[in-house]
Amino acid sequence: MSDFPKPDQLLSNIDRTPPRTDWMDTPVNIRKGMYCYAANPKSVEYTHLPFPHQWNPTDEDWHLPENWKEILHEGFKVRLERFRSFKIFMDICVRCGACADKCHFFIGTGDPKNMPVLRAELLRSVYRNDFTLAGKLLGRVAGARPMTMDVLKELWYYFFQCTECRRCSVFCPYGIDTAEITMMARELFNLIGLNIDWIATPVANCYRTGNHLGIQPHAFKDMLDFFVDDLEEITGIRVEPNFNKKGADILFITPSGDVFADPGTYTCMGYLLLFHYLKEVYGLDVTWSTYASEGGNFGSFTSHEMMKRLNSKMYAEAKRLGVKWILGGECGHMWRVINQYMGTMNGPADFLEDPVSPITGTLFENARSTKMVHISEFTADLIKHGKLNLDPSRNDNLILTFHDSCNPSRGMGMLDEPRYVIQNVANHFYEMPPNTIREQTFCCGSGSGLNAGEDMELRMAGGLPRANAVKYVHEKHGVNMLATICAIDRAALPTLMDYWVPGVGVTGVTEMVANALILPGEGERTTNLRGEPLPGMEDE
Amino acid sequence: MQLNKLLSQRKADMVKRWFDEVVKTYPGETAQFLKRQKNQFANPVGSTTQNGLEALFDVLIQGGDSEAVNSFLDPIIRIRALQNFTPSQATSFILFLKNIVKESFRKEIADPQVMEEYLEFTSRVDDLCLTAFDIYAKCRETLYQIQSNEMRNRTFRAFERAGLVKDIPDEESPCLRPVKPPVSGDCNT
Amino acid sequence: MNVKYMYSLLAVIVLFLLAYLGVEAAGLRMLFGIVIPYVAVGVFLLGVIYRVMGWARSAVPFQIPSTCGQQKSLPWIKPNKIDNPFTPGAVVVRMFLEVCCFRSLFRNTRNAIKEGKLIFEWEIWLWVAALAFHYAFLTVIIRHMRLFTNPVPVCIQMVEKLDSFFRFEILTNTMQVGLPGFYLSGLILLAAVTFLLLRRMMIPQVRYISQAADYFPLFLIFGIAFTGILMRYFTKVDIVAAKELAMGLVSFHPAIPARAIGGVFYVHLFFVCTLLAYFPFSKLMHMGGIFLSPTRNLPGNSRAVRHVNPWNYPVEVHTYEEYEEEFREKMIEAGLPVEKE
Repeated sequence: MSDFPKPDQLLSNIDRTPPRTDWMDTPVNIRKGMYCYAANPKSVEYTHLPFPHQWNPTDEDWHLPENWKEILHEGFKVRLERFRSFKIFMDICVRCGACADKCHFFIGTGDPKNMPVLRAELLRSVYRNDFTLAGKLLGRVAGARPMTMDVLKELWYYFFQCTECRRCSVFCPYGIDTAEITMMARELFNLIGLNIDWIATPVANCYRTGNHLGIQPHAFKDMLDFFVDDLEEITGIRVEPNFNKKGADILFITPSGDVFADPGTYTCMGYLLLFHYLKEVYGLDVTWSTYASEGGNFGSFTSHEMMKRLNSKMYAEAKRLGVKWILGGECGHMWRVINQYMGTMNGPADFLEDPVSPITGTLFENARSTKMVHISEFTADLIKHGKLNLDPSRNDNLILTFHDSCNPSRGMGMLDEPRYVIQNVANHFYEMPPNTIREQTFCCGSGSGLNAGEDMELRMAGGLPRANAVKYVHEKHGVNMLATICAIDRAALPTLMDYWVPGVGVTGVTEMVANALILPGEGERTTNLRGEPLPGMEDE
Repeated sequence: MQLNKLLSQRKADMVKRWFDEVVKTYPGETAQFLKRQKNQFANPVGSTTQNGLEALFDVLIQGGDSEAVNSFLDPIIRIRALQNFTPSQATSFILFLKNIVKESFRKEIADPQVMEEYLEFTSRVDDLCLTAFDIYAKCRETLYQIQSNEMRNRTFRAFERAGLVKDIPDEESPCLRPVKPPVSGDCNT
Repeated sequence: MNVKYMYSLLAVIVLFLLAYLGVEAAGLRMLFGIVIPYVAVGVFLLGVIYRVMGWARSAVPFQIPSTCGQQKSLPWIKPNKIDNPFTPGAVVVRMFLEVCCFRSLFRNTRNAIKEGKLIFEWEIWLWVAALAFHYAFLTVIIRHMRLFTNPVPVCIQMVEKLDSFFRFEILTNTMQVGLPGFYLSGLILLAAVTFLLLRRMMIPQVRYISQAADYFPLFLIFGIAFTGILMRYFTKVDIVAAKELAMGLVSFHPAIPARAIGGVFYVHLFFVCTLLAYFPFSKLMHMGGIFLSPTRNLPGNSRAVRHVNPWNYPVEVHTYEEYEEEFREKMIEAGLPVEKE
């Protein structure tokens, strides 16, 4: 008998209780499914970013430059001087814990190092060691620790488990914004070549070809031509988009994700229909650009400098084409950049005119300086003035809810415009619970360049709070369509829904508009933009 | 069915202890949050676990069809399949109940008849654990499935649309293409 | 036992012994009554200035408010003027509510109230305790100004009156609570500080993130409030002598009063000095930092008014010309207009 292990011995290798050690003594475990692959050195090289090299996050040796600690220390110092936000956020946290349970990654993964306060403390501990008197004198008692390879790995792992959604910042009594700290941490990683491929390669592509996927100009046009064919099939009308047209009224820029990935493609078709309508009825001349064919800005997930380099194309192209102002499509972080960075970085845009809708005469006063208007603001204004001929019943087979994307809500405050549009183009709309929408919205879990494939577990866990709220309205009101104004959402949420709430689709708001929009001279539509039969047309 | 009666009488207590044990599989700081935050939207993991355990407890004493069992077990496993757990850690929480019942009814179980019932009960718990493992495996499968589907959506469909992929022509008109590729997102099937 | 709060508790006990024995055993009244207070105030003033200047020296390159409500956009959409301020005036209102009412912290509580679940939950009471703590502390400080002014300004007397309106009298041989007027603020301060301490020690989540630097000021303030209450109601400090010392200090004619003041008084004073000197090098600087926090003190009007970045340097860009150069042939083939045929 004694040869056999006792049952509890048999199970002893199943560790039921996690370690109860201080966070500084809990080593990082870089787990498969939770991190993104290292950047292809070629991509890093193309944009002349520092120290391109081959490395693997799970390897012992990350092949860093010899003086990597020095580089990080200097980089830290420079950023403390350049960004008051960074310095203040390093200094004034009182660790009250108000933010602790506000992070979708903490809620979903249960990993305490995903509490925003602790995520920031990971970096603060190094700050205290390098830059404060108390940290230098008292060391660990003052919460300080020197930068080591293990610390670096921990920082890298957890700052690529933050989607810069800013939800914690809403609840912080001092407004400490983890997004800002994450941006700084990622700038520091960038200095020693620790980029992730899902960010670095889109950045390089965007820099070269104007869009994230590296689609060359002719192929970009081809893609839109396919949509034109599809639209002709659905509506009987052939729309004619302009490309790189000098002297057009408005330059339109949207994330390239909408041009290439379902279901964003239907939103893109929506733009085409809307602009055709405005052209036919009101003579508004909108042009697309192949050079500035990307609204999204993965540079903003790399460094402020890279953000500026990519963003510069928007104004440059508007100037070259001589348009009056710029219209921006539905995208989250693109709008964070446009709203809070573009004017400062690449402005003043004094070569553009005040953004006035030629159709309604409305001056978009809130965009007077940057001269870029959001498509939802623009469409809401059109609808308010009765300028669109709409048949909301075409969306009657859909029961909608609206997911506020992090950046438009907490980096801009665009909450009611898209809701107004949805409620005018569809008849069935239900809100998710109040602590999961508007400024308290939960992230899709895939923002800030984390929507790769290899970190699927992280994404699904991070998206749980969002999915959980969708599930609630799905079960309560039969919601079957989740509307958003963000291209990353449109790419990431379908997958999230497939895992958590099968049966709920994802759409852009403009797709809903285009479904409802009655074009002059159109034939009787039997399907929506997705080719699904319209309500009442199921038998045909 | 003496044991069942005892268990129903002390259901709230049993479920609470079971829940506390499950929550202990998380780091201490997280465990406290899972227990205390009662809002189901602010704390989906805690509330899903709580509701699921309650329903499973009922199934164990009252019985239920496999569909019902799946619908209660699935949400919990679906979460644990993503978190930092080994497969055994993700599913073994079911077995905790055996010990909880044994500890709580030590005296009663001394009675041979109740003992008999207890053994039956534990075998139901074992079945439940095996079901949990099935669901776990399916959830992991789903995870890989959606990963490859997404990849396909992103690249293959782009190539396809750009005319770089030549498929055997079919009679479907382009506007009838499926909205979503077929996804086995549902673990229950 | 958690070393982090043990260290802090130990430090406060050592401070207590230093002052008590220093005065009672070694008779270092000059040191603890005059030298240390001057040094502490000096360190406090210079330290705070240094820290605030340090922050002010750092640039504010971008306008990054956290927008917690509807933006001002179309005239018929109601903006949330406070949580997404468009004008400097609205920012002032936002900051006022933030500084004086801890508005962001209140969001936690508000969510709980909405659900009708305001039962005893530690987290929900954080806002209440934080407010109680800060306001009680403020009242205590104002009240203490009577020791540094002669005659005592009316406003200080008013605060005192209000604070002690809650009067009850217990007269026994050993205890005479109530006779000198019972100050509510002292009691609230002690209660709030105890709550904040217990919260930090009891809730695993908060304990996990806490540093020694979080416990130390709480223990210290507890010590200050405790010795204060002790002096006032139990050991009965000679208030006239205390005022004499205080007036001497502020009029720069410091002298140790002839009438002896008890050792507890010097402990109290030494705790306060420690707090002052510690303040600029600690998280307590959040008091100044909140005013400079860029996510709160900037208006959400960055699309309407251009914000200027003082270090906005030119960057390497990929120009249209370079782009056309690379793709010209393909563009022409696809019928896209080009600059150079």
